[in-house]
Amino acid sequence: MSGAARLGRGAALALFALYFALPLLSMLDFSTRAKGDAVGRTGQAWANLFQDEDLRAAIITSLLLALFTAVAMVVLLVPTMIWVRLRVPKASRLIEFLCLLPLTIPALVIVVGIANVYSWVTYLLGDSGLTLTFAYVVLVLPYAYRSIDTALSAVDVGTLAEAARSLGAGWVRVIVSVILPNIAQGVLGAAFVSVALVLGEYVFASLLHFDTLPVEIALLGKSDAKTAVAASLASLIFASVLLIGLSFLHRHRRSPS
Amino acid sequence: MIGGRRRFAAAAPALGLVPFLAFIGVFLVVPTLTVVATSFQGEDGGFTLANIRALGSEAALTALWHSLILAGSTALIGAVLGAILAWLVVSAGPTSVLRRLTLAVSGVLAQFGGVTLAFAFIATLGFSGVLTEALRSWPGVDIFGSGWLFGLPGLIVVYCYFQIPLMVLVFVPALDGLRVQWREAAVNLGASTWQYWRHVALPLLTPAFLGSMLLLFANAFAAYATAAVLVSQGNPITPLFIRAALTSEILLGQANLGFALALEMIVVVAVVMGLYALLLRRTSRWMT
Repeated sequence: MSGAARLGRGAALALFALYFALPLLSMLDFSTRAKGDAVGRTGQAWANLFQDEDLRAAIITSLLLALFTAVAMVVLLVPTMIWVRLRVPKASRLIEFLCLLPLTIPALVIVVGIANVYSWVTYLLGDSGLTLTFAYVVLVLPYAYRSIDTALSAVDVGTLAEAARSLGAGWVRVIVSVILPNIAQGVLGAAFVSVALVLGEYVFASLLHFDTLPVEIALLGKSDAKTAVAASLASLIFASVLLIGLSFLHRHRRSPS
Repeated sequence: MIGGRRRFAAAAPALGLVPFLAFIGVFLVVPTLTVVATSFQGEDGGFTLANIRALGSEAALTALWHSLILAGSTALIGAVLGAILAWLVVSAGPTSVLRRLTLAVSGVLAQFGGVTLAFAFIATLGFSGVLTEALRSWPGVDIFGSGWLFGLPGLIVVYCYFQIPLMVLVFVPALDGLRVQWREAAVNLGASTWQYWRHVALPLLTPAFLGSMLLLFANAFAAYATAAVLVSQGNPITPLFIRAALTSEILLGQANLGFALALEMIVVVAVVMGLYALLLRRTSRWMT
């Protein structure tokens, strides 16, 4: 590559880096600024993340939701996808279509139509923010499907199942202790993405009036911008650690082959 | 009798899909059908086209127009800049740190919530944002102006921040699909770098580029969170118009207008994604 071309590349990359880093660094600066016109730094906004009662409750709700969604997604999706491959291959196109459907139907549209369903859910299970788990499983479906599907394609599910069955294993055992360990990384990847998506989800929570972290951040923004910015940056960092950890997971999976 | 049992035995494995199908039915299919059905219902529950007709009102049309401008402009900007960044990343080599870092950061910025991004830009370009204050003290320019950040222009700026990373994520695989052999073949036949790009690479990449742009368009058109946090006055775009229709029932005296607006969104996104599927089929002829 010529010197000029290399210089151009470097300059372009530097501009992109500046563009993406500026808002993030601004958040750090903004959230640690001293009050009013005073000069200096304060960690008050960050300390609020642990002291503010409402915020703490919202963080707990969001973390529990992330956990429940990841677990429910695995319980619902993994056996279904394995079962389709083993026993009902004809249905594979249908399941794929349904799983990818939430990409085509905006979340906002689902929220508009889900009021009746949710009045039943809250009637049966109580008016808890944790009932959002149901909606969130639908939301994370396309991403979870892709991750698990990739993992399943890499193993010979049919042969594994046949071998286990001929040794006397029942179907539950085939799925849980024979196939699941072989696709563990794909399932873990799906769980990571689910957690990251749930922690940032705003549409369902705000319009169905549940106090999750993003809803609380948006509310805080009206009275205490610094704490809102601190909470935003904290959740962004948390999601980054999760998703960047995920990319390393993928790298390790590829390396042995 | 035996035939019946055999038919049952053949259908039995399908029963394993019932929990999944029931779940999707209740939490995805029923809500979507509810939107479609209620769009054609009046307040008394009877059939009416009044809600659909209300989509033609000036306020609803303006919101749709602004939504299309927002989605179109950010899809274009995002696709062009994202493609450039994707090319910079791919040409750095398949195992480079730059590539891994860019893809990981893009994954976070493209998928993680809009609320966070709204506050990132409030902290940067808001009234007392870092960049605003820096430029106010030197060279004394007020970029905050009259609060453009909280209207349509602001949305365009903020949306690009997640559109560019999304473009990187979907366009890098297309660039990876360009085989070295094609370039070698072109060079062997005496092509210059310019001729290779003009006659080989660009025609091959065009369907993928346009397809990615459609995906970006649908993404921006359906986005809600960023706009909901940034814009508190007025309903400049369709998603915010839906919010208003849902939270204040007296809007235009149309109880089910929110449903009709949601139907409008389904139609726009379905058309865009349909075109996307067509382009994808064309792309996969070469890129596998």
